[in-house]
Amino acid sequence: MIGTPIFDVFSTLLAGVNHASRFNDGGALAAGAWMIPVVPMVMAFLIVFFGKRSPWKGWVMATGTMLFVAIYGMALFLMNLVEGITYQGSVWLSDVGTTAFGVLNVEWGWMVDGLSIMMYFLVGVVGVLIFWYARGYMEDDVRYTWFFASFTLFAGGMLVLVSAPNLIQLIVGWELVGVSSYLLIGHYWEEHQNSSAAIKAFMTNKVADVGLFVGAIIIGVSVGSFRFSEILGVVEGESGDSTLAKYAFWAGLAIFIGAMGKSAQFPLHVWLPDAMAGPTPVSALMHAATMVTAGVYLIGRLFPFYMNDLFASDVRTVIIIVGAATLLLAGLLALVQDDIKRVLAYSTLSQLGYMTAAMGAGAYTAGLFHLFTHGFFKALLFLGAGSIIHAVHSNNMSDMGGLRKYMPRTFWTFLIGSFALAGIFPLAGFWSKDEILASIQYDASHGGGAVASTVLVVAIIGAFVTALYMTRTVYLTFFGKYKGDAHPHESPKTMTLPMVGLTIGAVGLGALNIPGITTWFTDSLAARFVAPGDHHATSIEWVLAIIGTAAALAGIALGYRLWHRDAAIQRDRDTFRIPVLYPLLENKYYIDDFYMGNIIRPVRGPLARAVDWFNSHIIDSVVNGAGYLARGLGKTVYLFDQRGIDGVINVSGFAASFAGGMLRLFQTGRVQHYAIMIFAGTVFLVVGLIIF
Amino acid sequence: MFEDGWGLSLIVFLPVVGAGAVLLIPRAQEQAQKLTALLFAGASFALSVFLAIGFDYGVAGFQANTAADTTWIGAINSHYHIGVDGISLPLLVLSTLMTLLSIVYSWNHWPEPENPKAFLVLILVLATGMAGTFVALDLILFFVFFEVVLLPMYFMIGIWGDKNKVKLPVVERVVEMRIYASLKFFLFTLFGSAFMLLGFLALYFRSGDGAAQRTFDIVELSMRSDLFTGVFAFWVFAALFLGFAVKVPMFPFHTWLPDAHTAAPTVGSVLLAAILLKLGTYGFVRIALPILPNEAEEWAWFIGVLAVIGIIYASLACLAQTDMKRLIAFSSVGHMGFVMLGIATLTDIGINAAIIGMVAHGAITGMLFFVVGSMSHRYHTRDMARLGGNQKLMPIMGGIFGFVAMASLGLPGLAGFWGEFMALLASWQPAAALSTDLFRTLMVIGAVGTVLTAGYMLWMLQRVNFGEPPEEWSSHELHDVDKWEMAAWVPLLAGILVLGVFPRLVFGATNDAVIEMIEAGWRFVGG
Repeated sequence: MIGTPIFDVFSTLLAGVNHASRFNDGGALAAGAWMIPVVPMVMAFLIVFFGKRSPWKGWVMATGTMLFVAIYGMALFLMNLVEGITYQGSVWLSDVGTTAFGVLNVEWGWMVDGLSIMMYFLVGVVGVLIFWYARGYMEDDVRYTWFFASFTLFAGGMLVLVSAPNLIQLIVGWELVGVSSYLLIGHYWEEHQNSSAAIKAFMTNKVADVGLFVGAIIIGVSVGSFRFSEILGVVEGESGDSTLAKYAFWAGLAIFIGAMGKSAQFPLHVWLPDAMAGPTPVSALMHAATMVTAGVYLIGRLFPFYMNDLFASDVRTVIIIVGAATLLLAGLLALVQDDIKRVLAYSTLSQLGYMTAAMGAGAYTAGLFHLFTHGFFKALLFLGAGSIIHAVHSNNMSDMGGLRKYMPRTFWTFLIGSFALAGIFPLAGFWSKDEILASIQYDASHGGGAVASTVLVVAIIGAFVTALYMTRTVYLTFFGKYKGDAHPHESPKTMTLPMVGLTIGAVGLGALNIPGITTWFTDSLAARFVAPGDHHATSIEWVLAIIGTAAALAGIALGYRLWHRDAAIQRDRDTFRIPVLYPLLENKYYIDDFYMGNIIRPVRGPLARAVDWFNSHIIDSVVNGAGYLARGLGKTVYLFDQRGIDGVINVSGFAASFAGGMLRLFQTGRVQHYAIMIFAGTVFLVVGLIIF
Repeated sequence: MFEDGWGLSLIVFLPVVGAGAVLLIPRAQEQAQKLTALLFAGASFALSVFLAIGFDYGVAGFQANTAADTTWIGAINSHYHIGVDGISLPLLVLSTLMTLLSIVYSWNHWPEPENPKAFLVLILVLATGMAGTFVALDLILFFVFFEVVLLPMYFMIGIWGDKNKVKLPVVERVVEMRIYASLKFFLFTLFGSAFMLLGFLALYFRSGDGAAQRTFDIVELSMRSDLFTGVFAFWVFAALFLGFAVKVPMFPFHTWLPDAHTAAPTVGSVLLAAILLKLGTYGFVRIALPILPNEAEEWAWFIGVLAVIGIIYASLACLAQTDMKRLIAFSSVGHMGFVMLGIATLTDIGINAAIIGMVAHGAITGMLFFVVGSMSHRYHTRDMARLGGNQKLMPIMGGIFGFVAMASLGLPGLAGFWGEFMALLASWQPAAALSTDLFRTLMVIGAVGTVLTAGYMLWMLQRVNFGEPPEEWSSHELHDVDKWEMAAWVPLLAGILVLGVFPRLVFGATNDAVIEMIEAGWRFVGG
């Protein structure tokens, strides 16, 4: 009884915990952090079954869960600021195998270190504000309870992902995020284009997951363990002749392909703009704290692996180029959108490009700091956009204009969010973007070479473009005359208060990490089992800060010139028409068309049909042909037999006519009759065997 | 009660005794027939659960077995030797569970022409055949059980199957679907098992080389594996391969499967997918690999390549289907491709992956056929072009359908993930004698297969579940999931989730047995 697997788990729950401590082990707070992923996962199920009967039809359960995560995350965050926590807990679930690869250890664990604590904090705090907001926004939704169940699952999946101490659990969380985003993007599945957008998101991620799977398998098998602590232990040991080092480039590249899917990097970015089909709170959470941050998080998690020259440091060149391409190309796309959510979506892509480029430049702290601050102001912008959409019943900026008079609170918070995004001093975005620029500059002079120098220029141009499209958005939305048909009004307090909360973050969080003055964020993020080994600025780079600010101001100035006047009546000037570039931007660089026309349609159409045809016309025809051939043979032999030739022929004649008889079933349909014969024959043979 | 194989024999033969009992009940007393069938299937399942609880997990080797000298057919030294080890235990429990659930589901879902009595008898006979195959440790016994399975399924498809007429391409004949499919199923499998029997006989005769008595005993033959070498081993493996590969089914021997699944009544499809396909893969693991380990190394690349072709090929074929049931049938070929890929690596991880893959596929695809069967029962069509908005018309049914489809595409956290992921994992580092480059290529292609799998599953969900219901159905009053369906499905749905979160329920049983098998099998080749 005791040996039965189900009973063992209880004992391992108590005994299987392990931790190593370079910093503080976090005590009971860290040991209990398993609740951070588990509570939302369990709650998501409970809401499905009991939500409708609970207060506020499941909203209390969902938001209470997020509040719990937020408070727990905040407590850990503060504690980590004070003394740095590294803790790793695990529950052993199963062992598989012993020979070729060693033992595959299936375990459930929770990581409590600087990186995951930052994510707990971000997901929890931003999450609870968005959940709060969603009560007002989703009020009349047909599937209100279901929405909060899948929303909780979405946040829970992300928490499973960031709490994972090993690659397998990370994959579990990774896919949970994917599937819940599929549910949420397709929330209004009555319309075909929404479910198509959901499928597009899932499939694009699935393509990238091939990379993640392959990379995880290579790393796991090479190291003999999927645990980050052991993988990075091998890296720290710097043994260039290890199996991991041998495959490090390919493994690193494969993992990065996985990250490109979730973090929507060029050219796997196509799903993110379409993901706007989901309700706005979903977009807010997806673009701020969960899902798109997962890829950057993963690179951060494996950072020493990407930093070490004996391992995957060559991949960083790929990473920085992909990041730079994304930040510029997506930023340009944001210039020509009419749908306000699409503007923000492309802006997210662009900002993710910054983060990725920073990771590629070896700037662990800078990249993740931007991830952190961006989480706040992007959530703020999305909630603002949602508030506007709620008021004017349209996503299109051509139906907006002049809204600052009708919705002042939305206007002011949105404006602050836009300035933060554009990187205006002293808002949070300024500090994080500046640190990225400084890191790329450092990389350019420390081995990054011409690539990094080019990326630096691209990043500065990107800052200009960012300011330009945000200025455009603000003018088209809030200035000029109102162009729509609805009666715009300020949103209720349940919606505006969370926006105010996020505004505080967008304004003040830069103070966590001012080079040379405060190092709170840097220090807390450095609480890792294996030191990330990055470079971070220790003083403000004045020249870069001034250039970056100048680029942003120039963007605002140009935007002002282009859109401030007559924006109310001049629909023609809503879009930014540069002769050569515009058709390219309008068609999203033809990438979606390329995928659709050259991959998806051919596979789903001609190729699939060809395989089906091959199956029924070739393989099956061989089978059917053999059947009919045998029957024909049977008939011939039977005729031969009937004409009086006996002896040896009789035997084969019997066999052949038996076969012929069976095959005649193709036409007669008297299946019972013949089947009984077969049955009798079989029984006869079996009985014969027993007797003899 | 499990000493000397008594309990195990009860698990295997209770259903067929139940079939006899049902036969004795007059035709009019339908309720009594159903209760009797439920009782016997339930007893068989309960015993298998007791067996699993009392099973000694730390130990490799067979348990609850009959004494090895229980002679059955003395003249050919064939014994009534049955037993379970960690490899067969999960499959045995799965087979008794699926039988029970099939009877529960059948309670008020009788396919045309109804005749519950005959249908129940067939399910119960089938149950004995399935359970027997998983416990047989004698090749003749294995063969008999393996063949016993054919007849009930043949009748199920042939009598209760799809009555539509189809025109066969190329040969240009019009056939009735159920007749064509049942016959194709029967003859195709018989074709394979004829070779399999030849292989068994060859093993028997060669096993007498050396001083020992000839034997059909699987355990005994595994220990004499060094007798089977060279050209002899090649031909024997080829024969066994044909027998098992048809049953799995592997590309290109799979074409009976889409027809059989599509034509079969719901319960028939469920049992076919959940258990019958596993007889083939189980045969590889139980018979082909341990008895012919060296030859398995020669064949591994071939099996691996066919498996991966199957994955891609079946996924592409799925994309072209318009019939829900046929789509799921093709998806089975792809999923079994992952199982076979795991087996082809000849590693402990790969074979563990294969077994959990079999169990997961049994629960998931069985469940998919249940749901699709129930849906087509209500819509009277399986044509996806005519469906839509199912989520709106039947929210619970739609939700379950979505959940199972997600499980089927290998979502981590649900049962399907482990088999797929670990098969790929094992392919990165296959057994020492195999070509690493080839298997790594197969791994990447297999991983691409998971993308296609997601594609056709999501596409099916979109066509069936999402959108506004077409006019045809919007005025229909459609019943959502009823209580019998719920009773049959909840155990499977819970199982899919539990196995995904806690795979040790399977690995805890299989791992030691698999390691033991690997070590015993390749002791002679220095592996």
